Amino acid sequence: MKILYPFVAVLGLIVIATIGSRAGMEPLFGIVFPYLAILIFLGGFINKVVGWAKSPVPFRIPTTCGQANSLPWIEQACFDNPSTSFGVTVRMFLEVFLFRSLFRNTQADVYDGPKLRYGSSKYLWLFGLLFHYAFLVIVLRHIRLFADPIPFFVKILEFFDGFLQIGLPHLYQSDLVIVGAITLLLLRRLLLTNVRYISLPADYFPLFLILAIALSGMTMRYLTRADVVNIKQLAVGLATFKPVIVGDLGTVFYVHLFLVCTLLVYFPFSKLMHMGGVFMSPTRNLANNSRMVRHINPWNDPNLKPHSYASYEDEFREFMVEAGIPVDKELPAETPAAE
Amino acid sequence: MYDKGKVLTGLAIFVAIVTFPVWYDLVHAQHVPKLEKPTLSKKCVADIAYMRTSHMVLLDNWRNEVVREEKRKLIDVEGKPYAKSLQMGCMKCHPDRKKFCDECHTYASVDPFCWDCHFQPKKEAN
Ligand code: HEC
Ligand code: HEC
Ligand code: HEC
Ligand code: HEM
Repeated sequence: MKILYPFVAVLGLIVIATIGSRAGMEPLFGIVFPYLAILIFLGGFINKVVGWAKSPVPFRIPTTCGQANSLPWIEQACFDNPSTSFGVTVRMFLEVFLFRSLFRNTQADVYDGPKLRYGSSKYLWLFGLLFHYAFLVIVLRHIRLFADPIPFFVKILEFFDGFLQIGLPHLYQSDLVIVGAITLLLLRRLLLTNVRYISLPADYFPLFLILAIALSGMTMRYLTRADVVNIKQLAVGLATFKPVIVGDLGTVFYVHLFLVCTLLVYFPFSKLMHMGGVFMSPTRNLANNSRMVRHINPWNDPNLKPHSYASYEDEFREFMVEAGIPVDKELPAETPAAE
Repeated sequence: MYDKGKVLTGLAIFVAIVTFPVWYDLVHAQHVPKLEKPTLSKKCVADIAYMRTSHMVLLDNWRNEVVREEKRKLIDVEGKPYAKSLQMGCMKCHPDRKKFCDECHTYASVDPFCWDCHFQPKKEAN
């Protein structure tokens, strides 16, 4: 069920877009939905990030993955446990571009004995990295549909992505990589029993959705083919706020576009927000400098004065002695009361 | 909001990247392809919808037929024979690459490498 529902949901979206675009609702699917989707995407994204920024993080809570800054003769793991903004910047860079924390993923298993052992598990890291870079390249290459004239970096990407020159229209390697990587990520959830146990519909849905987007896009390029010139006229029209639909753009295109709109709308309300979240994680973006800088809790009541143990004991010494609690300073020697 | 400056800067960069096509198209002039009409005939080698989307497949098939299978049979358009060829077929009716093929290709950012080897008819040459 956890797998079936998201799968059926994606099929449903495809059916909706097919019927809708065949039934003469092209302007709805080609113009209205894309605008709505991008507004919801940006609005939702900003709202989420601002919401996070409003939550106070009074103390330093970075995940420490190495030796903290200590005595001068103890070597510090300056990127895994950074104490300076420079260290944090490097750490964030490695996290965002190389998914360093996933590289540390471990897999626990029990073998005869029974004994527990931990091994390194790089699947998530490897497939994740492949998937994200292929996705990035594809999205950047799509700028050719929205930008006229073509920006130089799109040309460079297209050149390197297609340099094998296989077939006509020639194959982009990133298309193979993205489909392969999503399939492997999906298989990881399906075949590793412990990962499957913790997987929810919200984990499968984005995988199915993005797989469907990639497959519909590839159908358009390699199988049914779409009128790219007319589609670009619509895409540039959307970007310049003068959208026009010229000719028949094809059902597959509307399916592709509708799935992308769904992805954009779904994005801010789902786990996909890790895109913004990674920058906002206090466990990553804070320097471990608690021993150098005093961090004051912002919601402390300024009227409450610090209450040291010494003054606490002064206040309650009598009761403590009475209850038999050891005290630093004994009660002043008193002549025992006459009984 | 905490770290207002940093968060807002980050968000501003994010929005600027997402809306890249909007401001990019704003500062550049657009150019919708204007194709030179062929004069030699009224019809293309296949119907227009197919030609617009799949001419590269047709060229690929032609190439395989001619080069690999020796099927050089001429094709017939409106009773006139044409060679199954890029430079002697397509370019017969669409003589100016710049005003036809490249109009679309520059627009859609496609760069067929065919011209590395295949000639294009040169008007200036004669
Ligand atoms: C209506 C616009 C249009 C015209 C005119 C046009 N093309 Fe294309 N051509 C395209 C588009 C768009 C693509 C890319 C399709 C894609 O990306 O799926 C393309 C792709 C190609 C490709 C495949 C390139 C590759 O490496 O994938 C070849 C080859 C090609 N065209 C040859 C020609 C030739 C030769 C002419 C002139 C006789 C021509 N085209 C005229 C729009 C056009
Ligand atoms: C017999 C002459 C002839 C030959 C040969 C020919 N074409 Fe055409 N082509 C035409 C005509 C005529 C049109 C239609 C123009 C129109 O109706 O607007 C056309 C239209 C096209 C279009 C669509 C342009 C548009 O206005 O949307 C493309 C793309 C195209 N041809 C590519 C090719 C390619 C590639 C070849 C070689 C495989 C080729 N043509 C061979 C005559 C020819
Ligand atoms: C490495 C050089 C080279 C490149 C690049 C090249 N061709 Fe060719 N092509 C040839 C040669 C050589 C022949 C053989 C000519 C013959 O036997 O008549 C040929 C033949 C053809 C033919 C059939 C006959 C003719 O005269 O046109 C077609 C069609 C063709 N090529 C299309 C293409 C297309 C489309 C591309 C771009 C995707 C392309 N070629 C790229 C070298 C090349
Ligand atoms: C999340 C965003 C998107 C993803 C992951 C995606 C994915 C893909 C993929 C994998 C392809 C195969 C060919 C290639 O790699 O270039 C493709 C093709 C295509 N996509 Fe997308 N796409 C996205 C957004 C869009 C949008 C917003 C449009 C609207 C204009 C669009 C229009 C097209 C078209 C027209 C093609 C066919 C290109 C061709 O024939 O060469 N895509 N897409």
